Amino acid sequence: MTQTAQIRSETGAGGHGIGASVLRKEDLRFITGAGRYTDDIDLPGQAYAVFLRSPFARARIERIDTDDARAMPGVIAVLTGRDMADDGLGDLPCGWLVKQKDGRDMVAAPHPPLAHTQVNYVGEPYGVVIAATLYDARQAAEAVEVDFTELDPVVDPAHARHSEDIHAGVLGNLAYDWELGDRAATEAALATAAHVTRIELVNNRLIPNAMEPRAAVGAYDPGTGEHTLYTTSQNPHLERLVLSAFVGVAPEHRLRVIAPDVGGGFGSKIFVYPEETAVIWAARKVGRPVKWTAERSESFLADAHGRDHVTHAELGVDADGRFVALKVETTANLGAYLSLFGSSVPTYLYGTLLAGQYRTPNIHVEVHGVYTNTAPVDAYRGAGRPEATYVVERIVETAARELGIDPAELRRRNMIRPDEFPYQTPVALQYDTGNYQASLERALELIDYAGFPARRAAAAARGLRRGIGFSCYIEACGLAPSKLAISLGAGVGLYESGEIRVNPTGSVTVFTGTHSHGQGHETTFAQIVADRFGIGLDDVEVVHGDTGRVEFGLGTYGSRSLSVGGSAISVAADKVIAKGKLIAAHMLETVPGTIEFADGRFGQPGSNQSLSFGEVAFAAYVPANYPDGLEPGLSEKAFYDPANFTFPAGTHIAEVEVDPETGVVEVVAFVAVDDFGRVINPMIVHGQVQGGLAQGIGQALLERCVYDEFGQLRTGSMMDYCLPRADDLPDFTIDTTVTPCTHNPLGAKGCGEAGAIGSPAAIMNAVTDAIGTNDLAMPATPEKVWRALAR
Amino acid sequence: MYSFTYHRPGSVMEALECYRSADDGLYMAGGQTLIPTLKQRLAAPSDLIDLGAIAELTGVDVAPDRVSIGAFTRHSTVAAHPDIRRVLPVLADLAAQIGDAQVRNMGTMGGSVANSDPAADYPAALVGLGATVHTSSRRIAADEFFQDLFETALTPGELILRIDFPVPRRAAYRKFPNPASRYAIAGVLVAEFDDAVRVGITGAGPCAFRGSALEEALRRRLDPASIDGVEVPDAGFNSDLHASAEYRAQLVRVMARRAVADLLSRGS
Repeated sequence: MTQTAQIRSETGAGGHGIGASVLRKEDLRFITGAGRYTDDIDLPGQAYAVFLRSPFARARIERIDTDDARAMPGVIAVLTGRDMADDGLGDLPCGWLVKQKDGRDMVAAPHPPLAHTQVNYVGEPYGVVIAATLYDARQAAEAVEVDFTELDPVVDPAHARHSEDIHAGVLGNLAYDWELGDRAATEAALATAAHVTRIELVNNRLIPNAMEPRAAVGAYDPGTGEHTLYTTSQNPHLERLVLSAFVGVAPEHRLRVIAPDVGGGFGSKIFVYPEETAVIWAARKVGRPVKWTAERSESFLADAHGRDHVTHAELGVDADGRFVALKVETTANLGAYLSLFGSSVPTYLYGTLLAGQYRTPNIHVEVHGVYTNTAPVDAYRGAGRPEATYVVERIVETAARELGIDPAELRRRNMIRPDEFPYQTPVALQYDTGNYQASLERALELIDYAGFPARRAAAAARGLRRGIGFSCYIEACGLAPSKLAISLGAGVGLYESGEIRVNPTGSVTVFTGTHSHGQGHETTFAQIVADRFGIGLDDVEVVHGDTGRVEFGLGTYGSRSLSVGGSAISVAADKVIAKGKLIAAHMLETVPGTIEFADGRFGQPGSNQSLSFGEVAFAAYVPANYPDGLEPGLSEKAFYDPANFTFPAGTHIAEVEVDPETGVVEVVAFVAVDDFGRVINPMIVHGQVQGGLAQGIGQALLERCVYDEFGQLRTGSMMDYCLPRADDLPDFTIDTTVTPCTHNPLGAKGCGEAGAIGSPAAIMNAVTDAIGTNDLAMPATPEKVWRALAR
Repeated sequence: MYSFTYHRPGSVMEALECYRSADDGLYMAGGQTLIPTLKQRLAAPSDLIDLGAIAELTGVDVAPDRVSIGAFTRHSTVAAHPDIRRVLPVLADLAAQIGDAQVRNMGTMGGSVANSDPAADYPAALVGLGATVHTSSRRIAADEFFQDLFETALTPGELILRIDFPVPRRAAYRKFPNPASRYAIAGVLVAEFDDAVRVGITGAGPCAFRGSALEEALRRRLDPASIDGVEVPDAGFNSDLHASAEYRAQLVRVMARRAVADLLSRGS
């Protein structure tokens, strides 16, 4: 039933083409210290920036006295939010305008890059010191005197609507009330359902913590007027667009944004932040390059956080165990300001996923997006989809327990069948393809579901409680198509560009608008191109992350790079081959339509005359024997706009053992069977799954972001914020099934977020199974579990 | 970090002199707490006196009934020392559980003890084994050494030279680490001597202390079950994001029981 054998045979075939587990081309430079990250960039005459950050969650800025600071050694400038506003810089925009359920636009509070009248979260920047050395800048930052008037902060999202307004004009701190689905039909179905399961859930707030902290180096050339910004961005073209079109730092054609090697992002480097905005602005103002690299404690305070939902959900089930309705009400904490995509994450990336893998006919979701005096919240690995999966898979598991139906059987009974695709859900999405039963059955086999009772008994004999938990997730990747998304409020398109320059010697340079910050694009994309052209992997170079070299792009987020960016490259490759056929036909003195390209050679079927890819490339640049009227050169590009999202899906099963004396949870087994469609490099895909699982397990068991009642971040370092380490994790059992995506040329769906999307619910279902309660909030820390057992 | 004057004395005398002549001097041993504190600008000493070049502060001397460890001995040295592993294995086990490999390669016993972090591991060993702290001016019994949160009996400028541990018949240490920092949320060392049972507890209170009621119960019968009847009152226990006082009391009981079981499994 499963198609894992297909991937294995592709892998086993060796070589470096599609389906081969090629070692990553980029890793040699990363593991030998030869990577070039933003902080490695030093420009002549470079000065250093230290930001002035709010010590309060909410306060009015009455007065800033910079005189003493300006007089300190090495100080070049002390700039404040007022200076920035006086220079006419605009606010940081929110890129997705969400319509409220009553038809009004969401209420986006103004977000100046540097605060000048009021600060709204601890760590919010309100000024910047520029000095000759980092030490000088830090010393001077402490000499800036500020009079704040403290105001009562709003910290708890559940109470935000009944607290003092943070922003003038934003009543009840409500950015939006949004809904999706048919409320009346859903409520009617719930009213007559044979059984209704109800749950209260908290999706805990997370702090991203990429290995490389954010950084920026800005430079201005007064001769040409060109601004150059090196920064840790997942999407440099979007960064340039926002900084030029909205903030107005520099005109787009005089602003080059370079995102060199970037050490992890997980979403947190999608957004345009105050710091790089200030750095490029200040570089021009002071006439020297300016560098800023975040300290880890700044990352904790001022990187966009993730998740943070409070949810009530109800699932109606009929007498046969079939879902009849799902109703969800969520309060989403957006933080102090709407970050670049903060509005879309708890709405279009969340509510639309609530059908999960099931045929639930009636679904309604309402989301209250609220402001609080905490760091802005935005996309973080999975972005909305982990939150949706958590709701669906916790409530389905809970329903199974309440009904006394085996949780695998209840899911089986409600899953969309393979013959029902394309499947239109009641929450807007149309799934193109899938085989959810295949992943579920394979996962049950790999975990040895039949053997679980014996394993539970063996654990009990050791004084431990063993539990098993399922999560059958679906996600929507490669957000698309542009026209639809823009009609729903997106401020940008969702296509991707790919360009292939075949050099005269037949080597190939590929330009992609996506950005690799750990994903391995330099290898995966090279595999696609090498496979198509029948050339060596080392003959392909992939270029990304530089608006001066890559024409345009929308970057990397939402597991889109392969399905959208890879497809653009694939289409460009088609164009190269088409032109190559014209050249080859002329050289072989035949009709263009008769030429075929296979195994790296152009030729006529049945003829022993053929030309290599390199020979045709050379002819394109030295056009001696060349078709009349055909442009020389062999360079093609494509903008690929997908027709639909892709829908990776799969089953995760966790087994845990709980020590009842201490409440410690150990993950003893974890199976992930995912359908990512066509896989280019299984090794890289497995790595992505493992990383995602680590993050999801971290969310379920370890990661806890705590602001106290004053809005101070209590978990502001790794001493208190617990990231998963290798010894917190089991050996994962990972497998794949394949239903190729029906609407992109690669058949690929995307794999970057699945691990983080599916795993939290599997873990929490296993823990609650082990301890015999449904009432347990993430993260399941030892004391919380111990207390739940004591109840 | 703020600017300071850096010293690297070659002798204890010279170190004491550095301290006396500094406005606001600080000794630095392995620096595993101090350097992060300095980097966060939470301390601003005028002078930093690096103890890393003082031969008198190093060295391990193992006798059948006593193990003497120089203050500047790194955790990794204690963890791997063959004589310590043979004569006082509980101390090597405990050292191997401190922090991570990087911390163990830099951190020192004297630095840890002088800091009296409420969640540090070594204080449980000093208290549980009844160690003696030898300083530049006197000897201090472990029971008197740890006084409160980050407070010890040391007077300003007083320097720890070495720590002497009596060798028990057998002993064991159990620790419940903070999942984030890996410091002890509760750590219990149980040691059986010819004439006594000692229990040293770290992580639970403001500083390491002896579990007198546990000692009493274990003296009557050295068995994990003896712990079950013992009240561990949580009054004065630490309570933070990671563990309430009540939970810490539970962990002290559980760690004590497991330490006794480990100890018994080592034979007599």
